[in-house]
Parts: sequence; C-alpha cells; structure tokens
Amino acid sequence: MTAVTAAQAGLLACHACGLVHRAGHAAHDLDCARCGASLHFRKPDSIARSWALLVAAYVLIIPANLLPVMETGSLFGSEVDTIMSGVIFLWTSGSWPLAVIVFIASIAVPFSKLGALTYLLVSVQRRSTWAPKERTRLYRVLERVGRWSMIDIYVAAILTALVQFGGLMSIKAGPGAIAFGTVVVLTMFAAESFDPRLIWDTTEGKNGR
Amino acid sequence: MADRHAPELPDLPEAVSAPKPRWAPQLIWIIPIVAVLAGAWLAAKAILERGPTITISFQTGDGLEAGKTRIKYRDVEIGLVKEIALAPDRKRVVATAELAKDAADSLVEDTRFWAVRPRITASGVSGLGTLLSGPYIAIDPGRKKEARRDFVALDVPPVVTHEDPGRGFVLRADTLGSHDVGVPVYFRRLAVGEVVSRELDRDGQGVSIKIFVRAPYDQYVTANTRFWNASGIDVTLGADGLQVQTESLVSILIGGIAFQALPDAGASPAADANHVFNLFQTREAAMKRPDLAIEHFVLIFKQSVRGLSVGAPVEFRGVNIGEVVRIGAEFDPKSFNFVQPVEVHLYPDRLRARSATGGAALPAPTTPEARLKRAQLFVDKGFRGQLRTGNLLTGQSYIGVDFFPDAPKAKLDPSRLPLEVPTVPSQFEELEASVASIVKKLDKVQYEQIGADVRKVLATLDQTLRSTDVLVKRLDAETTPELNRALDEARKALKTADGALAAESPLQTDLRDALREITRAAASIRVLADYLDRQPQSLLFGKPAEEPK
Repeated sequence: MTAVTAAQAGLLACHACGLVHRAGHAAHDLDCARCGASLHFRKPDSIARSWALLVAAYVLIIPANLLPVMETGSLFGSEVDTIMSGVIFLWTSGSWPLAVIVFIASIAVPFSKLGALTYLLVSVQRRSTWAPKERTRLYRVLERVGRWSMIDIYVAAILTALVQFGGLMSIKAGPGAIAFGTVVVLTMFAAESFDPRLIWDTTEGKNGR
Repeated sequence: MADRHAPELPDLPEAVSAPKPRWAPQLIWIIPIVAVLAGAWLAAKAILERGPTITISFQTGDGLEAGKTRIKYRDVEIGLVKEIALAPDRKRVVATAELAKDAADSLVEDTRFWAVRPRITASGVSGLGTLLSGPYIAIDPGRKKEARRDFVALDVPPVVTHEDPGRGFVLRADTLGSHDVGVPVYFRRLAVGEVVSRELDRDGQGVSIKIFVRAPYDQYVTANTRFWNASGIDVTLGADGLQVQTESLVSILIGGIAFQALPDAGASPAADANHVFNLFQTREAAMKRPDLAIEHFVLIFKQSVRGLSVGAPVEFRGVNIGEVVRIGAEFDPKSFNFVQPVEVHLYPDRLRARSATGGAALPAPTTPEARLKRAQLFVDKGFRGQLRTGNLLTGQSYIGVDFFPDAPKAKLDPSRLPLEVPTVPSQFEELEASVASIVKKLDKVQYEQIGADVRKVLATLDQTLRSTDVLVKRLDAETTPELNRALDEARKALKTADGALAAESPLQTDLRDALREITRAAASIRVLADYLDRQPQSLLFGKPAEEPK
C-alpha cells in the first residue's frame, strides 16, 4: 500500500485536544482553532534542540566522570570516589555482579545513549535512508532506558541521607553527582526533543520540517 | 469519521496562523553554552588550583597508600600521595604527591618531610591517631629560598621544626653518654630544649651533640654557661661519701643535659647560635672554677696507697685544693725498697681566692726560683702530705696536706721535677703504732706472778669464809634454844596480863563495885552539904526532930 503521512496530506492534529486541522498556506506558526495550542507537523526545531541538549550533555559528562560523586568521611580519614573508582573498588573487592551493574548503569548506558543519539541526529541530518525501522527501535530503547541510568545518583542520595553519624562517618554527594545527574536529565530531554518521524520523512523523500 | 482518508474530510478546520518570534527556538542553545561555561570553569579551576607535584623518598613504604596517604601541615591537609613506587635502585620507596597550590612556597631546599606513625619512646607516645587512619606525611617548611621538588624523608620525626623559636648549640664530649635524639635539656630543672642530633667527629676523637634550646630560655645560654651530663642517676661514691644527682624522673629514664651559668661569673651576652661548648660529665666538674694556675708536686709514700685513686682530692684542712693525677710504684735500688710516688696537681688559686676575701693574699710566684723558694718555705714550716682515710666504710683515701711543725726537717731537691713534698705517716699508721706499743706493754705484764697472788688471796678468803661458817653454826646450836625459852616466858607473862584485863575478870568486877560505892558516898555527901547549906545551925544544934506536917 502506498503510505501517506499526515504531513503529506497537509493535515496536522492538535497535541492538546486532538482536533485535526488542514494546514492551509502557512506551514509554520499555527495554532489550534479549538483550544489555541500551537500546532506543528513535526516537533519544532527538533534537531537543533536535540543537538543543543546533547552538546551540553557531552560537556558535562567529562566532570561527571572525573569529579567525585561521593565523599565518605569516617574516623579513618576521608575518601572520595568517582564513578569509575567505585566500579573498580567493587570489582577488586569481589562484588563483580554489582560492579557490572554499576558499570552498565552509570558508564555504559550514558555513553551509549549519547552515541546513539548522536548517530540518530547525524543520520537524520544526512537524510540517511538506511534501516529506518532499526533506528526507530533504537530510539524507543533509548527513551525507555534513559531513566535507569540514575542508579548512581539514587545510591549517593540515599547514602547521603542515611549515613550521617557526625564524626564517626558521613557521606556527602560530590560535585560529580550533580554533573552526572544533569547529564542523565539532559540526555532524556534530548531524546524527547528528537522526533522519530524525521527518520521516516527521509524515506519519503520529503522534508517534514 | 470511519474513513480516515484526508480527501474525504473536506470540512476540516484550518489552523490559525499565529506568528511567533523567530529567536525563540535559538534559546535552547543557552543550555549547551551554560554547560560549556560550567565545564570550562571547572576545568580552569582544576588547572589553576593544581599544586606542585613532588617526590619524597622514604626508607620504607609502611602504611603509605597511593591516593590515600595525605600530606599534612599542622594537621591540615595540604596534599595527597598519588603514586608510590620503588626507586630504580630498589633501596627506597618514592612517593609522588600532589600538593595544594599555596603550599608551593614551602617547597624549598631545607624543607623536611617525614611519615607520622605511632611512636612510643621513653619521652612519650605520639601519632596515636594514625593507628586507625594509617600514617600521614608531615612537612616542616624550610626557610631557604631555592625551590626544590624532590625530597628525602626523615626516618624519624624531627625534634625541632623550623618554626620553633630558639637557638641551637653544639656540645662537645668525649663520649655520647645516654644522649639520644630527643633527650631533654634542663635549665634549673626546667625542660627547655632537646638533643637534636649527635654525631661522631670525623677523626673519631669525640662526639658532637647538637641541642636546641627554645626561646625564651636560649637567652640564658651565655659564654659562661656550662653544660653537664644529667643522665639518669649520677651516683658518685668518693671520699666525700655517696652522692646522688639527678635532674628529673624523665632524665633518670632517658638521660638529659643540664646547663647553668657559672655562679660568680657575672653577666655576659647570650651565646651565638651554634656556639660550641664542652659537655662536662658531672655538674660538679662543670661548676668547678677554672683552675688557671696548676702546681705539680709528687708525694712519695712508703706505705700502701690502697684506696687512693686518680682524681681523689687533695685537701688542706678540709678545703679541696687539688687532685691526684697519677699513682705509681717505684723501685729504689739503693734501699732495695718500693715506694709509691703520687703525683698531685695543686691549685693555689683556690687558696688565694679564699684568702682574698679577708686575709692578705699570697703573692703568686712567677719564676721557678721563686716557686722553689716558696715551696721550701712551706716545707720548712712543716708542710707535709699525708695519706688519709676519707671513708671508713669504702676505704676511699685522699691526700691531706697540713703543717706539721714537729715533722723532721726536709730539703727540697730542685733538680727533680716535679718537686717532692715530704710526707708524714698517716693517722691510721700512727694509730697502728700506738696500738702496737700498747700491745708491747701488755706483753711485759707478769701474768704468772699476778696469777699466783690472786691464788693466794683466794686461799685466804677461803679460810675466812670457813671460820665464819663455824661461828654461824655455833650460834645456831647454843644461843637459839635460850632465846626460844625466853620467848616462851614472855608469852606466858603476857597471857596473864591479858587475863587480868579481860571484861569478866574478878578484878574488873571488884573495881566496878568499888566505884559504885564511891558514887553513892559522894551522893550522900552532896545531900549533907545541901542540908548544911540550908540549916547551918544544925551543925551546932543537931538535926531538929522531924516536924509533923
């Protein structure tokens, strides 16, 4: 069957109330005739927004991995841990499963997320027509998995709240935790800003902006 | 509505055109800009705050851990050990550490590092906090200007850091004694400093001990100051008896050094830093007046000099005026006899100093002739040496010198040096001689004659006693029965008297009756007297007849 998208038909639906409109002459700066919400064929400035957020995430992932995420102070002196040093500590102390989990959640996932988003954006911009279905699946996985990479932040937050014994022992979240949390949030926003329909627009040979 | 095909929905509403500002979408780029700025700021901060990296070489890496061992100054963290590796020659451990930026000024030529570990020494316990936390590296910033980045750590914590105000001095001694590093230095029993280091002289002839005296006590170290060994308990058993000297309980355990100015030296400016002093073995030696003039004499004794030792005092009427420097034995082939020459040093200044307070001072002889002349004068006056026992318990002896006017004349031999001061027998020798003469006299006593006499006397006494015995026996046999008889008679007479005087005896009854009669007679006479008083005429006319009533 011949696929006809809403954009090709010059139709667009209101995201707020669902009313379908005809686009008319102007393709931009449209409002819903019923509820007044802004209308667009594709997410506006999707690529630019995604890029912006992605660049910010790229910048912040450096301090997130270099700065300590957790500062442990105890009678025996204080200790600071970056994400990687925590993984190494877990690995050398024999907790391999935990090390693997933390590594995947805190290092592998954020980095692969950045990489995947970058690939999606580049491929869309280059109007690649290769494997649109797989790319769409990749996007879905990205969106779903994103929130789970906050494990380190959760651990730091919980420990900070629980382990406060004054001079005996106390745990503080380090500056790396803030950067890391920001990276996760930024990638989530970036993934959300990305419009997967753009993947398919190229296959139609039409710019769906 | 069933058919979703667009062309079949012609009456769809048209979207309302609402122009929006063109710059709005660009706002999203603020986020990466902020991120870049934040990242750049963090990076700049990290680079700007990055302090110098240094290497410290340790003898042992005990407890040092890369990424954990800290460098602290006054217990404030200023750095962290990043890496620990063996030196290429494998003799030392090299720790690479990163310091805070503001610590860069402290990294100069004479800056010192050492690992703080728990230490237990005689003077105290330190670094207990590192028992749990592991050692840390302490820094003592130097004072020099030349920067330095590679250091060799001290094996033990320094006793004195560069910040401590005060001054160092050097003490020279023959032997080290018990002056370990950290041993306290006392001033009037106040701990005012420590031994910083000690080292053998290059030629092996002595020991240099570096001490540090903290301000403000360093001002009491003057050119006149004497240092002495206050190590532990200094027990001296000399002719003067038992002497126990100690500075404090700590010094008993770990030793110590004490100093004080000479008592009558007067004020003098404080000594320069690193001034060299001699370390005396005892306080007594340190406080001894410096004896400028020394006169050397020899005394020749024919008796045993047992109990005399080098260093024993030479006393003049109880005043210490010198000391024994050598004791020997000489064979005199002429008399085929051994003599014991004892060489002594006399310090005439000691006598002179004392005489200066009151009496006329003796002029000091300057030429050898004058010396000889004066010595001969002394000897002519009876100046003699004598071996005396200072302590009967220990048998310590000393040399006593005094004037013995009765001593035989002696002439000094100027050809023999040192001059010989004649000797007289010691008091003990004299005592021996007296005892010997007593014994000799006792020997002369005719004990047999005395014994015979005593026996005679005893015989006579025996006889006397025997006659007395006879006399007593006779008394017993003859006189005693007579006496018994007389006593019996006496007893009888007394019994009779007793019977006559008894209450119911006839004599008593008779007497009572007689008395009653007399009473009655007396009453009658009173009646008569009354009557006569009233009717005196009745004496003449007789008693009238009874008037009838």
